[in-house]
Amino acid sequence: MKETAGTAVQVTGTVLTTRRVDAYHALTVVAPGIAERFRPGHFVTVAVGGPHTSMPARRAFAVHDVKPDYGGTVELVFAVRGRGTAWLAERKARDTLDLVGPLGRPFPVPRDPAACVLVGGEYGSASLFALADVLQRRGCRVDFVLGAASADRVFGALRARRMGETTTLTTEDGSLGLRGRVTDALPSVIADARADVVYACGPMAMLRGVTAVAVEFDIPVQVSIEEAMACGYGVCMTCVVPVIGDDGVTRMVRSCVEGPVFRGERVRFEDIGTIPFDALGAPGGRAQEGGAHTRNVS
Amino acid sequence: MSVDMRTYLAHVELANPITTAAGCAASGDELSQFVDLSRLGAFVTRSITMAPRAGRPTPRMAETPSGLLNAVGLQGPGVDVFLERELPRLVDRGARAVVSIGGGSVAEYTALARRLADAPGVTAVEVNLSCPNVEDLGRVFARDPAAAAEVVSSVRATMRYDVPVVAKLAPDAADIVAVARACVDGGADALAMINTPLGMSIDVDTMRPALAAGTGGLSGPAVRPLAVRCLWQVHAALPGVPIVGMGGVFSGRDALELILAGACVVSVGTALFHDPYACLRILRELEDLLKERGFERLADAVGLAQRPPGAGPRHRIDLEESSL
Ligand SMILES: Cc1cc2nc3c(=O)[nH]c(=O)nc-3n(C[C@H](O)[C@H](O)[C@H](O)COP(=O)(O)OP(=O)(O)OC[C@H]3O[C@@H](n4cnc5c(N)ncnc54)[C@H](O)[C@@H]3O)c2cc1C
Ligand SMILES: Cc1cc2nc3c(=O)[nH]c(=O)nc-3n(C[C@H](O)[C@H](O)[C@H](O)COP(=O)(O)O)c2cc1C
Ligand code: FES
Repeated sequence: MKETAGTAVQVTGTVLTTRRVDAYHALTVVAPGIAERFRPGHFVTVAVGGPHTSMPARRAFAVHDVKPDYGGTVELVFAVRGRGTAWLAERKARDTLDLVGPLGRPFPVPRDPAACVLVGGEYGSASLFALADVLQRRGCRVDFVLGAASADRVFGALRARRMGETTTLTTEDGSLGLRGRVTDALPSVIADARADVVYACGPMAMLRGVTAVAVEFDIPVQVSIEEAMACGYGVCMTCVVPVIGDDGVTRMVRSCVEGPVFRGERVRFEDIGTIPFDALGAPGGRAQEGGAHTRNVS
Repeated sequence: MSVDMRTYLAHVELANPITTAAGCAASGDELSQFVDLSRLGAFVTRSITMAPRAGRPTPRMAETPSGLLNAVGLQGPGVDVFLERELPRLVDRGARAVVSIGGGSVAEYTALARRLADAPGVTAVEVNLSCPNVEDLGRVFARDPAAAAEVVSSVRATMRYDVPVVAKLAPDAADIVAVARACVDGGADALAMINTPLGMSIDVDTMRPALAAGTGGLSGPAVRPLAVRCLWQVHAALPGVPIVGMGGVFSGRDALELILAGACVVSVGTALFHDPYACLRILRELEDLLKERGFERLADAVGLAQRPPGAGPRHRIDLEESSL
C-alpha cells in the first residue's frame, strides 16, 4: 500500500468473496487503508482488464460496506454495463484488484438527531446503508424509499426493512411494492416521517425528481451524482456538472472531488450536458470571477 | 551504480526526464496527494488561457481500444487565478513548473507570455499550438507552419531570455517536420510532441457520437506509434533541438522507446488517470532498463535508434549466424 498526504490510497486488494445479488454482482475485497478511511458516500476506482489492459480509464464504484475483517474489507455492488464491468464480474476469490480510494466528498451528516429519508434507485441504494448506520448511531430516524425498473433491480430491500423506520419500495413494472417511481412515493414518506433531510443516490433523472420533491417540502437534499469519470481524483476534468456556488455563480465543477455528493438544489440538472450561458467562463458569457462580462475567445 | 538521469530542456537542467503532460494533472494539488511533485523532472500545467473557461459540455470522455478520447476544451480558471493561486503552490511544493499556454490568436498568446514574463517560478513555457485560430476560420495553429511560427516568435520575443520556449506540435499536421522547422526558426528552444490527434467514437446503442462535442483528442497507448514516428522524423531533421516526447507512455519501456526515437524529456498524460503514481513508477522502470542495457547516462540513449547500428554503449558483436 502506498500512503499519501491526503486521504486516498492505492492498494492492491485481494478478492475475498464474489456473489450475485439479483441483477447485480457484489465483490468483497481486502483493502486495508481504504476501509479505515471510509465514510459513507465515498467511492473507489478500480483498474480493469489486467496488467496489459486496453482500458486506460478506471471505473468508479460506490463503497457499499466496509468491515474490519482481514485488516479491512470493502464491498462493491455493480451492474454489468460495458467491457470493464464485464471483466470485473469475472473476478474470483483470491484474484487481485488495483483500487484507489476512498475518493470524493462523503455525505454530510446532521449534528443533531434528525428525521432522514434515504432514497435509492437501482444499485444507487448500495451506498445508503453505511449512511443509515451512521445516522442511526447519531439518533436519527431513517426511512427508506428504494426503487428500480423491476423487482430484481431493487437493491437492499431486506436490509432496508431491517434498518428503516419504514421502507417503501417502488418498481416501474409493478413487480415489487408500488407501481411507479420513487418520486411518486416520496412526498407521503416525507410527510409521514416529518423528514428534516433527504439523501439520494441513483440515476440522474431520479436525483432531479427527488430534488424537486425536497424543494417542494423546503427541506435540504443531498444527492450523490454519477457522471462519466476517467480518473476519479480530479486531474482529467471530464466529470464536470454545472453547480451553483455559495456566491450564486454557476461553475462547471468536478463531480469526483467537489462531489459526488452535492446539495441537490445547487445542481442544475436541466443543464447537465450543456455549458449554461451564465456559467463562469462560458463561451461568450461570464468570464471573470465577480461577474464582469468580457468576450471569451474559443 | 546508478544511471545519471539528468537531462536538459534547452539550457535548463532537469533532475530527471519524467514530467506530467499538459492538462493531465490539473493544478498539481490533486496529484500531490499521491506523489511529491519535487521528485518529477518538471510539472507541466494545464494550458492556461487569458480568461476563465468553462470548457466543453459533457460527456467529455470516451474510452477507445487502448486510448481515450477527450473534449475538455481547456477548462481552467484563467491566468490571473493561475498566477495568484496555482503557480505559487507549485513553487511551494518544490515543483519545477513548465507553464503551458493556449490562445485563440497571436495576441492572446503574446498577452499570456507578457503575464508570465515576470512571474517567479516559471521553468519554461510550453506553447500549445493545438488551439483553433479564431482569426483564421478556426484553423489549428499546429497545422500551419507560418501560423505556428508567428505564435512562437511572438512568445519568444516577450518571454525572459532565460526561460525556454517549447512549441507543442500536433501529429495531424500535413508535414510535422515543416511545422517543427518553422517553430525553431521562429525561436523555439525546444519542441514537444505529440498533442492529441483528432478522433471520434460513436455509441452504437444510442447511435449518437459518444462525445457531446462530436470529435475529441485521442490519447493513450493507441497513439504511441504516432508519437514515435513524429519524434523520429523531427529528430532526424533537427538533431540539435531538444524534444519533449509524449503519447501513450504507461511504462518505463514506453518512455525508453520515445527516448530512443529522440526525446530527451518524456511526459506522462493518460497514464496518470490510470495510476496516480505513474510518473515515479515510470522513472524507476526507465532507470532500471537503462541500467540493464549498460547506460551510465540517460543522455546517451537519446535518439540512439537513429544512429548507425553498433553506436550503442555495448556493441552487439555476438549475433548468431542464421541457420539457413
Ligand atoms: C461516483 C460513482 C459511483 C458509482 N458507483 C457505482 C456502483 O456502486 N455500482 C455500479 O454498478 N456502478 C457504479 N457507477 C457506474 C460505473 O462506474 C459504470 O457503470 C462503469 O464505469 C461502467 O464501466 P464499463 O466498463 O462497464 O462501461 P464502459 O461503457 O466500457 O465504460 C467506458 C468508460 O465510461 C465510463 N462510464 C460509462 N458509464 C458510466 C456511468 N454510468 N457512470 C460513470 N462512468 C461511466 C467508465 O468508467 C469508463 O471510463 C458509479 C459511477 C460513479 C461516477
Ligand atoms: C484530458 C486531457 C486533457 C489535455 N489537456 C491538454 C492541454 O490543456 N494542453 C495541451 O497542450 N495538451 C493537453 N492534452 C494532451 C496531452 O498533454 C498529451 O499531449 C496527450 O494526451 C498524449 O499523451 P498521453 O497519451 O500520455 O496522454 C490533454 C490530454 C488529455 C487526455
Ligand atoms: S474523473 Fe477526472 S476530474 Fe473527475
